[in-house]
Amino acid sequence: MKSEPMLLAQQFVNGLMLGSIYALVAVAFTLTIGVLNFLNFSIPGIFMLGGMFTWIFLKSGLPLGLVVLLALVIGAAASLLVERSSYRQMMGSDHFIPLVSSMGFLILYENLVLIFWGSDIQVVNSPFRDVSVTVFGLIISIPQLAGLALAVTMAYVLTRILYGTSTGRGLRAIAENPDSAIMLGVHVFRIVPVVFLFSGLFTALAGVIFALNYTQVHPFMGEEVALKGISAMVIGGMGSVWGAIVGGLLIGVAEILSISSFGSDFVDIAVYGLLLVILVIRPEGLFGGSALGRERL
Amino acid sequence: MTSYQTGLLVILSINIVIAYGAYLPIAAGQMNLGIAGFMALGAYASAYVANNAGLPPIVTIFIGAGFAGLLALIVAVPILRTRGIYLALATFALGQIVAAAILNVELVGAAEGYSVLDHFGLATIAPITIATIAVVAYLNRTRFGLNLTAISQDELLANLFGVRTRRLQIAAFTLGAFFAGLGGALHAHYYNYIRPQDFNILLSIYIILFVLLGGTRSVLGPIVGAAIFTFLPEIFRDLDKKFSAFFDQVPDWLGQASAWRFAIFAALIIVFMMLRPQGIMTRGATRAAARWVAWCVRRLGFARSSGARP
Repeated sequence: MKSEPMLLAQQFVNGLMLGSIYALVAVAFTLTIGVLNFLNFSIPGIFMLGGMFTWIFLKSGLPLGLVVLLALVIGAAASLLVERSSYRQMMGSDHFIPLVSSMGFLILYENLVLIFWGSDIQVVNSPFRDVSVTVFGLIISIPQLAGLALAVTMAYVLTRILYGTSTGRGLRAIAENPDSAIMLGVHVFRIVPVVFLFSGLFTALAGVIFALNYTQVHPFMGEEVALKGISAMVIGGMGSVWGAIVGGLLIGVAEILSISSFGSDFVDIAVYGLLLVILVIRPEGLFGGSALGRERL
Repeated sequence: MTSYQTGLLVILSINIVIAYGAYLPIAAGQMNLGIAGFMALGAYASAYVANNAGLPPIVTIFIGAGFAGLLALIVAVPILRTRGIYLALATFALGQIVAAAILNVELVGAAEGYSVLDHFGLATIAPITIATIAVVAYLNRTRFGLNLTAISQDELLANLFGVRTRRLQIAAFTLGAFFAGLGGALHAHYYNYIRPQDFNILLSIYIILFVLLGGTRSVLGPIVGAAIFTFLPEIFRDLDKKFSAFFDQVPDWLGQASAWRFAIFAALIIVFMMLRPQGIMTRGATRAAARWVAWCVRRLGFARSSGARP
């Protein structure tokens, strides 16, 4: 039997682990919004593809490394398909048109998976099921720890790319003003796929970690997580990579702590209420110091 | 008419009313992703009053719609400070909060759902839908409709020309929520059973798709969009049976007919948005359709009159 503060600490750790999944999804959302001002609704579908293909490939007996690689490749490909057939076709049209097609992709991906693998909840045969380390009496599962580390590492790599390469300069130029970026010679059609590639990789990785960790996947697994990811992105400030990471961890901790103290029914009201209040009072997010639309990314 | 066909017409009628709930804010350049929340409020308010106060349901549906409109009016002032994606997300959060709140009210059954006593059939629902279409078509012809178009094209410029943008946006948002609540109330009295989880974000997304697929620049757009969304999945419904006429053995994965129809449907949305991002019904398309109808009438009239001549 654990003492009260230890129990709280354990829940805090669990919340951080859950939050790292939200954080990865939030970074994916924040990328397409920050650079392209595009709310990509296909992200829940890509998250689901990452999770479902982890289950499918593990079931067929492939080694774990290959499974993760293949799931990530499929997620990235699915994301690039969204770019090709929604965003690229509709540059310059009404801002909600690409949003509609990305919703179309979400319905398409979910139902295609449903057709071939059914709608049942599948149990992932995760090799990490019971692997954990105990630090100061706190139980930390290895894939969760790896997920948290990967989330932070990938966010770091992303900021290095954004601020250290010419591609990143191009991305930031598009984020600031797409028209001037094109006039100044930024190759939009070469750079925009990079956004979708990264957003697809982050999302699919979150799906893979979710599948390995919580060992349950189904065709509609992405929706709930993506809604939390969107909230995390807003709390951290849209377009801010580190804001998304912090927001994701915050929501994960808040969710776990409030489930244990108030019950799960009130969690949704709390999370979405917070989201609404922040959107109205501080649209730049809790940590964004700058005015709206300026200094994104 | 078979009961299946009547049922489809009822669903179409309800969908049209709700589609106008999304159409009005979109016509003013705002996207309301919380339509399902306003529907839920209208449905539950109407059902509760009808079940407990003894008022006839034809009155209570408007009470329900009024509640939805009232909530919209109260939140419109702070929420419409936000723009674009922020507005879409704020309305989305609002919709989630309404559904989650109802989920916690034991008075209306919470998660178990709520039984609605009074039933509406096509004979009651269709006139309400026609009245809704008439109201929106009329509004569209007034200065109000013209101002909304101006706002959706360039809010700043419209404001400079003296259009009271903020007031009009609040009006469009509130009126849209009223129609969403009305549609939700009709839904409650047609199905006679409502659950909070039926009014989820996916429903809001589908309703937005009705309008965007049909076209945001014409009153006919929501009707066309709602008709496509109501009938097209039904056409694909018996896909596996049709396939089994061609093949002796239907493979297992082909048997998932309902999933196939949604997959095909989604693919159609994507392809359609690539080819015609402005939606099916634009002003030009409406005029062309009107010309075609007039031409047909003339041909008929000409054929008849020429037949009458010696």
